[in-house]
Amino acid sequence: MKNVLIHLLLFLFLSPLLPGIINKTKAFFAGRKGAPFFQPYFDILKLFRKGLVVSTAASWIFMAGPIVTLVAVATAGLLIPLGPFDSPLSFTGDVILFVYLFGLARFFTTAAALDTGSSFEGMGAAREVTFAVLSEPALFFALLVLARVSGSFRLSDILHGPIGGVNVHTVAPFVLVSIGLYIVMLAEASRVPVDDPTTHLELTMIHEAMVLDHSGPLLGMVQYSSSLKLFILGALLLHLVVPFRAPQEWLNWLLFVAEIFAVAVSIGVVESIMARLKMKKVPYLLTGALILCASGFILLVR
Amino acid sequence: MTELLNAILVVILVLNLFTLGTSRIQSAIRMVAVQGALLALIPILIREKFSLTSVIASVVAVLLKGIVIPLIMNRSLRSARIKREETPLIGLLPTVIIGAVITGLILIFSKMVNVPGGQTTTLIVPASFSTILVGFLLLITRYKAISQVLGYLVMENGIFIFGMLLVEAVPLIVEMGVLLDLFVGIFVISIITNHINRAFSSLDTRRLDSLKEE
Amino acid sequence: MPIQLVLFGAVLLALSGLPALFSRRRSSWGQVVSTVIVLAGSSTGIVGIALHFFSRYLSAPLFFPWPAVGNSVVGLDSLSAFFLFPVFVMSGAGSLYGTAYWPQKEKGGSARRLQMFWGLMAAGMVVLLLGKHAMAFLLGWEVMALSGFFLITADDTREETRKAGLIYFIATHISTLILFALFTVWRLATGSFSFLPVSPGSISLGLINALFLLAFIGFGIKAGLMPLHFWLPGAHANAPSHVSAMLSGVMLKMGVFGFLRVLTLMPVMPAMWGWMTLAFGAVSGLLGVIFAIGQHDLKRLLAYHSVENIGIIYMGIGLAMLGRAFGHPEWTALGLAGALLHVWNHGFFKSLLFFGAGSVQHASGTRQIDRLGGLGRAMPWTAAFFLIGSIAICGLPPLNGFISELLIYAGFFHSLTAGTSGGTAAAFTAPVLAMIGALATACFVKVCGTVFLGLPRGESAARAHESPARMLLPMGFLVLLCLVIGVAPYSVVPILEQTVAAWAFPSGLPSPAGFLPLRTFGWISLAVAVVSVFITGLAVFLGRKSPRRGTWDCGYAKPEASMQYTASSFGSSILYLFHHLVPSRLQKSDLSQVFPAPAAMRSHIDDPVLDQWIRGFFRRLRSLSTWFRRFQQGMMQYYILYIVVALFVLLCTLIPFRELLESLFHHS
Repeated sequence: MKNVLIHLLLFLFLSPLLPGIINKTKAFFAGRKGAPFFQPYFDILKLFRKGLVVSTAASWIFMAGPIVTLVAVATAGLLIPLGPFDSPLSFTGDVILFVYLFGLARFFTTAAALDTGSSFEGMGAAREVTFAVLSEPALFFALLVLARVSGSFRLSDILHGPIGGVNVHTVAPFVLVSIGLYIVMLAEASRVPVDDPTTHLELTMIHEAMVLDHSGPLLGMVQYSSSLKLFILGALLLHLVVPFRAPQEWLNWLLFVAEIFAVAVSIGVVESIMARLKMKKVPYLLTGALILCASGFILLVR
Repeated sequence: MTELLNAILVVILVLNLFTLGTSRIQSAIRMVAVQGALLALIPILIREKFSLTSVIASVVAVLLKGIVIPLIMNRSLRSARIKREETPLIGLLPTVIIGAVITGLILIFSKMVNVPGGQTTTLIVPASFSTILVGFLLLITRYKAISQVLGYLVMENGIFIFGMLLVEAVPLIVEMGVLLDLFVGIFVISIITNHINRAFSSLDTRRLDSLKEE
Repeated sequence: MPIQLVLFGAVLLALSGLPALFSRRRSSWGQVVSTVIVLAGSSTGIVGIALHFFSRYLSAPLFFPWPAVGNSVVGLDSLSAFFLFPVFVMSGAGSLYGTAYWPQKEKGGSARRLQMFWGLMAAGMVVLLLGKHAMAFLLGWEVMALSGFFLITADDTREETRKAGLIYFIATHISTLILFALFTVWRLATGSFSFLPVSPGSISLGLINALFLLAFIGFGIKAGLMPLHFWLPGAHANAPSHVSAMLSGVMLKMGVFGFLRVLTLMPVMPAMWGWMTLAFGAVSGLLGVIFAIGQHDLKRLLAYHSVENIGIIYMGIGLAMLGRAFGHPEWTALGLAGALLHVWNHGFFKSLLFFGAGSVQHASGTRQIDRLGGLGRAMPWTAAFFLIGSIAICGLPPLNGFISELLIYAGFFHSLTAGTSGGTAAAFTAPVLAMIGALATACFVKVCGTVFLGLPRGESAARAHESPARMLLPMGFLVLLCLVIGVAPYSVVPILEQTVAAWAFPSGLPSPAGFLPLRTFGWISLAVAVVSVFITGLAVFLGRKSPRRGTWDCGYAKPEASMQYTASSFGSSILYLFHHLVPSRLQKSDLSQVFPAPAAMRSHIDDPVLDQWIRGFFRRLRSLSTWFRRFQQGMMQYYILYIVVALFVLLCTLIPFRELLESLFHHS
């Protein structure tokens, strides 16, 4: 019970800190001071206080987009285990629900984007769904590898598998799958090199373009859900990369927090040292991720 | 009586060659008529059968082949207002030569064909084959519809000659049937010739190729 | 009792067309009476099915004394009852829809014919589902197929419809011929035409394989499996929408049923069969959805999605067959349960989508997606229902598509962890299913967004109006079914258990519910749905007073509706990913000079099976045969010459060549 509470607290309240850490890291690399760590919190709260302006072309789907995204991502967050602890909601087959909740979020986000009747949103939505076509199978391959190693169909079991399951046979597939998952995480969280969250050129955006028309509380929801998504994907990746487990519970939680901050810092580093890829090249990157994960699977089962 | 038979058959063969060689359609009609009448008389002259049926058959055949059919054809000729056949693709003289060559070859090789009940002393087999082939030749080389009818008539004659080989006396029914066939055929063809003439303003059957699928 | 009810329902359906047929051309009461009879027949049938499943009443087979077809036997078992449900539901719903969509008052004679053949087709399907003898099966099959032809060509004034109808006709008769062959071989092998399971060892392996291949191809043509799907897009696009719903939602499943039925009679199941089914299913699913993305015609797009979903069903069946081959009942239970549930689900949401497409066509007069837009404002109910159908077809929670895909995924997962190499190879297709899901999401976001959202792109879209209640009611009913299965999947589990058990597995099959906590899924789906709807409703209510401005247009002077992203553009980025597999042809006029003249651009995707393979084959055959044209001079003289030559050749055979040569070269 206590763990469930801590899970919820961390998930709901720690997530906006991650974009703050990323921005601070980028600022450090650029020699700037950068915005405060808690800036995303201030932004989200400010947006919720602001008024809403809706486009004349929009219908109820425009509002449903961010709301369904938030609900879906929040539910997915309840499914994913953090650290060595089980998730609050854990049952056989929740893996599929996890992946498809993200699909539901994507459906509504892109539908809301098309609702505005603008070509920028349409462009962003088209790119988003195109990249999803490549990243979902990659994610699936990764999950298959983990499922095979752990022999279970529960997300908690699958992700705790690598702790005990790392041996000479599984190390290579895990490495491959981790790299693939990292790339998928960058794609889903719309980070460089797939998408630049700080660009203001509509023609080059993906995620930012889709939410171009949202304002006020809706935009706040969008930003909050994207930080939640980042948290979830980072937590997912951590299970593969860091199998270290401490004996005490509180130490595990601290370790987890430190690790997720490390993930955020690593994303910040990647964003600073890499440039964003040309839009045409992004499918190649994602196909690369798909191939990496598939190779990991093949290595494991041969 | 074989000599008389052979003599008549030789006359038939010569008539064939004349039909091939003339470009005047009226004379061709006349020659084919004579051919037909002669053939119809053979059973009476040669076999000397004077039964009622054979006499009636011969008389009717003579009337039909010798008089009625040429009459019909002349009438359609007049309404189409043509007198002469055009030069066929291979020329009149070469056609005659081909006809003669065919006849000669058949005369030579007819000995090899084993026809059941064939009397090898008569000219029936070669005469019939060559008449049929001459009929074909007429059909192939002539352009006007009327001339093609002539070719058809010549073929009929050739088949008749062959028929004489197989049966001593052609039964009346069969004979009548064949004659009726012939008559109706000519009748219909003369009507059609009229229509062809009206449709194409000519009896040139080459014009029919506009019906071809393209 | 159940079988009598079902048969009575079928009779009602068969006779339902007669009132319409005998009414005056443009009267309205004829259609109404027919619809009432259809609804009565459907309800009777559904009661019969419910009795079968919920009271587990075992009906004895009925004999019809008809010696010519071997005293045709009909019987109701769980597999038949399962497939009967969509037949009855859809025939009733479609008939109601048709009263407003294709009213006899306007359409006259074609509506009468439609009513007649609608009932006949449904009755034919019932007979084929119940048939336990090859003759009864084929009778129902042919009635269904022929009625389908007349239904497709209901609007035969358009050339496109006629062509599509002809291609359908050819395809369905090829499939019937193959079925004739199948039943002939069956008779050869087992000595009778009855559908009785064959005992192992009584027929040779070669014959069994032949039976399987014939069944696979014959039923595959009807089911629309790639590459045998070539008749599907044209037929479903050009038929009236409620007919398309019936075809897509139900008739395709008859092919699936036939395939399953033949498989239940087989004594053995080599693994190769399972691999084939799995492979074809995966290819069908993937290529079907990729082709769908490239379509500009709304109904053609939905037709290609049917190909995709049939692919998913075949994937589940393939997994079940592999389970039987390798002796793992859990794969079979899950794979088959997923495939069967998907049969229902696809029937429901595809019909819902076709009804929506029909409403769109009815309201705006066009099927071209790129000419529509903003219809959500004029047709709010239709838009909402279509949206729910789209979410269902993408397999997203909280609706029914998710549940059936979940079952198939669970099956794959079990095959992965079973430890056999065959299993892990099968699990390779699970990411394919994920890719199919992502592509389907892309496609339906595109469709919903372009058709219902945004601004109207053309005149016809601007003039749209909401559909009458008679068209909305069936859609609403289907939405309800989708929702129920989505949030309460546990309700269909008993039905699935009984149906799966009808599949012949030597050691019996476990219940699919034992592997997945479907209740939990149901609760979570319900929670997500309720919370989302509640908060959205709240947001819409609170935001109704918020100021409305034009969409951000980056400072363009004169933004227009035609500047919106079109469906083709949306799809082109995805199609570019697959452009080696699916080349699209682009026709555009060149833009030159500073102020170019009006230009146009068209893109088109050929269906490779129909346009390249079949049509290409016949085109090449025709060009080869033109060589023979030179013999057709048109001149009689040449033809007679041909005859003479032939005669001459024949005569030459009479010549004794040997003696001739001997005599020539004889030296005396």
